[in-house]
Amino acid sequence: MVNQEFALMAHLMRRAGFGAPFEELEARTAKGYEATVEELLQPDKQPDMERDIMMRYKTEWVSQAGLEGQQEEWTYQMINSKRPLQEKIALFWHGILCTGHAKCEYPRQQQLELNMFRTVGMGSFRELLQALSKDPAMVFYLDNCMSHKDAINENWGRELLELFSLGVGMDGEQNYSEDDVKEAARAFTGWTVTNSIPRYPYGKYEASFIYDPSDHDEANKTFLGETGNFNGEDIVDIIVKQPGTARFVARHLYNFFVADEPQVPAWKDTPPRDTEAIKMLEEEYFRSSYDISSMLRVLFNSNFFKNSRFEKVKSPTETVVGTMRLVGDYTTPKLGLNALTLNIRYMGQDLLNPPTVEGWHTGKEWIDSGTLVERINFTADQVGNTDLPGVKNIIERFNSEGSTISHEQFISGCLEMLGAYELTPETHSQLMEMAQSEGEVKTRTPEFETRVGQMLQSIVATTEYLFA
Amino acid sequence: MTVNKKDPVLAVLQLSGGNDALNTLIPYNDPLYLDNRPNVRVPQDTVLPLNDQVGLNPAMAPLKKLYDDGKVAVIQGIGYPSPSRSHFRSMDIWHTCEPDKVGDEGWLGRAVRDLDPNKENVLTAVNFGRGLPRALAAPGVPVASVGDLETYGVLTGIDNDTQRAKALDVFSRVYSPMIGKGPVVDYLAQTGLDALKGADILSSAVENYSSTIEYGGDVVGQYMMNMAQTHLAGFGTKILYTTAPYNSFDTHAGELANHTKLWTETSRAISDFYDDLKEHNASDNVVLLVFSEFGRRVHDNGSGTDHGSGGVTFVIGDSVKGGLYGEYPSLEENKLLEGDLHFNNDFRSLYTSLLEDWMDLDAKPIVNGAFEKMALL
Repeated sequence: MVNQEFALMAHLMRRAGFGAPFEELEARTAKGYEATVEELLQPDKQPDMERDIMMRYKTEWVSQAGLEGQQEEWTYQMINSKRPLQEKIALFWHGILCTGHAKCEYPRQQQLELNMFRTVGMGSFRELLQALSKDPAMVFYLDNCMSHKDAINENWGRELLELFSLGVGMDGEQNYSEDDVKEAARAFTGWTVTNSIPRYPYGKYEASFIYDPSDHDEANKTFLGETGNFNGEDIVDIIVKQPGTARFVARHLYNFFVADEPQVPAWKDTPPRDTEAIKMLEEEYFRSSYDISSMLRVLFNSNFFKNSRFEKVKSPTETVVGTMRLVGDYTTPKLGLNALTLNIRYMGQDLLNPPTVEGWHTGKEWIDSGTLVERINFTADQVGNTDLPGVKNIIERFNSEGSTISHEQFISGCLEMLGAYELTPETHSQLMEMAQSEGEVKTRTPEFETRVGQMLQSIVATTEYLFA
Repeated sequence: MTVNKKDPVLAVLQLSGGNDALNTLIPYNDPLYLDNRPNVRVPQDTVLPLNDQVGLNPAMAPLKKLYDDGKVAVIQGIGYPSPSRSHFRSMDIWHTCEPDKVGDEGWLGRAVRDLDPNKENVLTAVNFGRGLPRALAAPGVPVASVGDLETYGVLTGIDNDTQRAKALDVFSRVYSPMIGKGPVVDYLAQTGLDALKGADILSSAVENYSSTIEYGGDVVGQYMMNMAQTHLAGFGTKILYTTAPYNSFDTHAGELANHTKLWTETSRAISDFYDDLKEHNASDNVVLLVFSEFGRRVHDNGSGTDHGSGGVTFVIGDSVKGGLYGEYPSLEENKLLEGDLHFNNDFRSLYTSLLEDWMDLDAKPIVNGAFEKMALL
């Protein structure tokens, strides 16, 4: 009964993007799975955002001075971008290569970093780390501008190794030593910014990266077994060729796009959930010279990906953006966008302001009794609003199927149009009981519209719907 | 679990944005106050004196009355070493007790874990406001977070009562523990049931509440009323938390008018809260902490004040030994820290006193170290 190709397309779009309404899924299914993967992997071939109206409507998106304004802009872009994977990959890197508003206090600077993730984030990981090392928000966030040749600050050197590339270890072994941290920090001395990001009230303007040779430690360094008068670029070049880095990138891609893994600090001692999948991704990492797009191509076309439906708990951003794409609201800037965006924060993800440099804990840790109520009520309010275009389209589709439909058709139709969701038999029988208690399902009536809204609300409130 | 109405309860009111300590507890006889505040100054003759050196802002008359009744401990010069002047960072430090590294677990989250290790009460801690402050966040610790107590619940968007009852019935059965679904689904199901149970219990708080006190219509007033309602309902809630609107105390401009309004509302809310509990014979087991992430720059900027350090904190309740604690930080230029008041009381000392002398918990693992207590309880 469930169209498997449609279900697979719904899965792909949830993971490589933020989900899609059923008409778009049908069109993409007709076009084909691999063709859709290719389209997603080449965002430049799709039109960019129409910015003119946005910038005239939201003047704070021009000044880029406030956190909430930038959260709004990004949310709006995620809802409306024709390049969903580009936004998804920016979200992916933002959660790993973290900077936070709590310290940076200048959203414009973080916006420049986000734009960098959009342009470089699907290319070579080497290029990405090089760009990150020179990203002013990061140089400031991890204090590399405070690291000097006669007094190193290890913060950047450490996090580069621990959180941004190698990870603490793998297969039970350490990936680097404390000496490697110090040597990396030495190699990055002199990498600073034109001015430290000014704080209120002295006015704000963006910093730019600058290399100060007079503050660079020119002595030899020994890093991961290699010795030379290394500079920062050399450190990145040594890092990217390590097996630990391949594992790190592969595991992060798997955790974000395929299935929830244990939290990152456990990776040294906890083997991957699917070692074969990780091996495929590691091989592609080296084969393609660290190319993220190539790894994603392998990932999306693999059986392990196709078989991983509903193996991830949705993040707050995926929940809010995905719901908006489904119901077709906020396709143009309008009042209420700020309140809409704040729901992401209420559900536990304050975009551009992760709790620590480790980013957000993912998977089931998104959910606690407070965030669950926010999530369910938000989603139910949206799908229960039968005035919204996406919900209207669902009702219209039922109307076109006949003046009465069976209870089973009703439930499975709702599940399908929400994105081919699957319920456990227990949940299904609960919904069936509820549907049957309200009698025959007569379409094309005002009561039917209400019933569709209610059925959608009950589905989005299930544990099954918490997963993507 | 047995609910003992007289278990100690800690209520917290967070003043977001950095309350100007200098215009809250005013050194009204210090000529340096006049020098540093040519524009943003409270007139000397309007100050509500606590002694011949310091007095409260004239907008704080209700709080002054509580002080005169001996219910208010005023902690002067409170802060921590190497202060951050970032709202987020400084608030994080107050929330996590981690001034040197970034932490993601809150002190009250840890306290809840100790108060209710077996998670017997889904309402051990209740936050009023949308989104959980980091102070209450700790992995696996259930905390209810209530945007609006009158309408709080699951699937509140379903207007029709019969329909909502049906949907909730389905919800409760869908979230019932299922055998063989794995730990993740078990956890999610349990969380759903906790949320539903918490909402169910909380819904009776408003229904059963009556009081002669009329709170102000402002956000702080309403949330303080919600805290009182929840306490009076006897759910066994031991931590109540609420936050003034985001950055409302961030008075960079137009401070005199704004700060007056803020403290008029806030001190009324505090005194209404106290009177409400008193009226119901339920004030003796509640202590209220009122804090902000930092104080503000000593010298004004012409219309307001910029981010500073060294703040003032209030602890209020029947069990509190009222009075002034610590010393007022010197305003002399060479005693300032980059133009800001120097702290002389570590906030973790205050937390330690509250946790050990009031909540009867071991404070060291909660505040990350041993800190000298203040004898205010």
